[in-house]
Amino acid sequence: MTALLEAAAIWKRFGTLDVLKGVDLSVTRGECLVVLGPSGSGKSTMLRCLNLLEPIASGSIVFEGQEIAGLPRKQAAALRRRMGMVFQNFELFPHLSATDNVAFGPVRVKKTPQNEARELAHHLLRKVHLPDKLTAFPDELSGGQQQRVAIARALAMEPALMLYDEPTSALDPETVGEVLTVMQELADEGMTSIVVTHELGFARRAADELVFMDAGQVAHRAPVDAFFNGSAPDRVVRFLNRMHG
Amino acid sequence: MKLFQPHLLVQYLTSADFFHGAVMTFWLSIASLAAGMAVGLLLAVGQEAPLRPVRALVWFYIWLFRGTPVLLQLVFAFNVLPAFGILLPGFACAVLALGLNEGAYMAEIMRSGIRAVGPGQRLAARALGLEESQVMRWVVLPQAFRIVIPPIGNQFIGMLKLSALVSVIGVKELLLTADETASSNFRYIETLTAAGIWYLVLTTIFMVIQSAIERRLRRRTSARSAVIAIEPAIQTIR
Repeated sequence: MTALLEAAAIWKRFGTLDVLKGVDLSVTRGECLVVLGPSGSGKSTMLRCLNLLEPIASGSIVFEGQEIAGLPRKQAAALRRRMGMVFQNFELFPHLSATDNVAFGPVRVKKTPQNEARELAHHLLRKVHLPDKLTAFPDELSGGQQQRVAIARALAMEPALMLYDEPTSALDPETVGEVLTVMQELADEGMTSIVVTHELGFARRAADELVFMDAGQVAHRAPVDAFFNGSAPDRVVRFLNRMHG
Repeated sequence: MKLFQPHLLVQYLTSADFFHGAVMTFWLSIASLAAGMAVGLLLAVGQEAPLRPVRALVWFYIWLFRGTPVLLQLVFAFNVLPAFGILLPGFACAVLALGLNEGAYMAEIMRSGIRAVGPGQRLAARALGLEESQVMRWVVLPQAFRIVIPPIGNQFIGMLKLSALVSVIGVKELLLTADETASSNFRYIETLTAAGIWYLVLTTIFMVIQSAIERRLRRRTSARSAVIAIEPAIQTIR
């Protein structure tokens, strides 16, 4: 299987601070890769480097067989259309209804006709189990509902890869499940995804492979069974035990 | 001769001259405010530009126009521009000077609106594949406009009064109408009172409009909830 995305030796600096120190990472088509690690280990920064929201200092990122690191602005913007991103704080557009949020990408970026885009939006909102919230505005939705609209918004661009940046970290505990369910359904359908999360239960159920990041590096990588069976390095096991705490 | 003659006041208040003066004040304010908003928006976007020379230019503009009296700018436009072969009618001169001056203040208002839209919003828009100019046009500005509507209402009421300065370059708005009328018969109390009442009428109208807009903005959420409450019913009917 060839990798859909393969990052090699990514180096990222903020000023004098090295946030990523040679990260290697790859995901094959249809795979769900879960990224774990303590806060400050560079997980979120890594995701933003992968879709070129953050420029990298050095390294290579090959996506769909094409080297994308260092692409100029316009091409970088075009490339992001192939990768959906979901944020910790949802970042729905507050002046638009759920439908218009989801239709936004197709209408503004792909120049899809309004009617067509709205139909697609309704379809996707049903897919994330929000058939009765089509006209709701973000401030009328719970956190879990907002995050599901955000997932639908990302899906509307028909991305080849979904990037989730701690999608449930800002949610009330009772709404975490509904978001994870949607993510798992997508993964089961074969949507390639990279998920930065602290939800070990989700990792166990949905992940094909796991990556443990620490201090700007990939400290451990293993398929899901091997990752949790105790054969991982001490550092990883200690982290997992703390998470179960 | 009595000091104050009410029938004169009524006569001036209802005269075609004063009415035309009020109309002139009204259009002058609208045109200057519109020009100011356009300039202010341009400056505010320029202030957010990544290019340092652009930001420096914006800083210079604001420094210049906020640092000198608007009356000076007005007289300057009227008396100095013709020396360069630019002959503008009084109204155009007035809109130019008031608009450019207003732009410097409007820039701050527009900028505060733009800044109020969080960085996460821009990030989300960029993640969808929007280019920088599209992020500004479709995500930042629509949200910023909602934020700046109340302060722009204030600026408009300020502009209605500021426009009185234009009387010095001979644009026949309310104050000049009153002044010219008084200089022919020395009935200053009646003429100036009539002009004052016209100003109050104009500002009152706009205060009412402004508070109606603000009420609507505040009610926006509950109005939406109502729409959502009816939506299932509508779908059943269909």
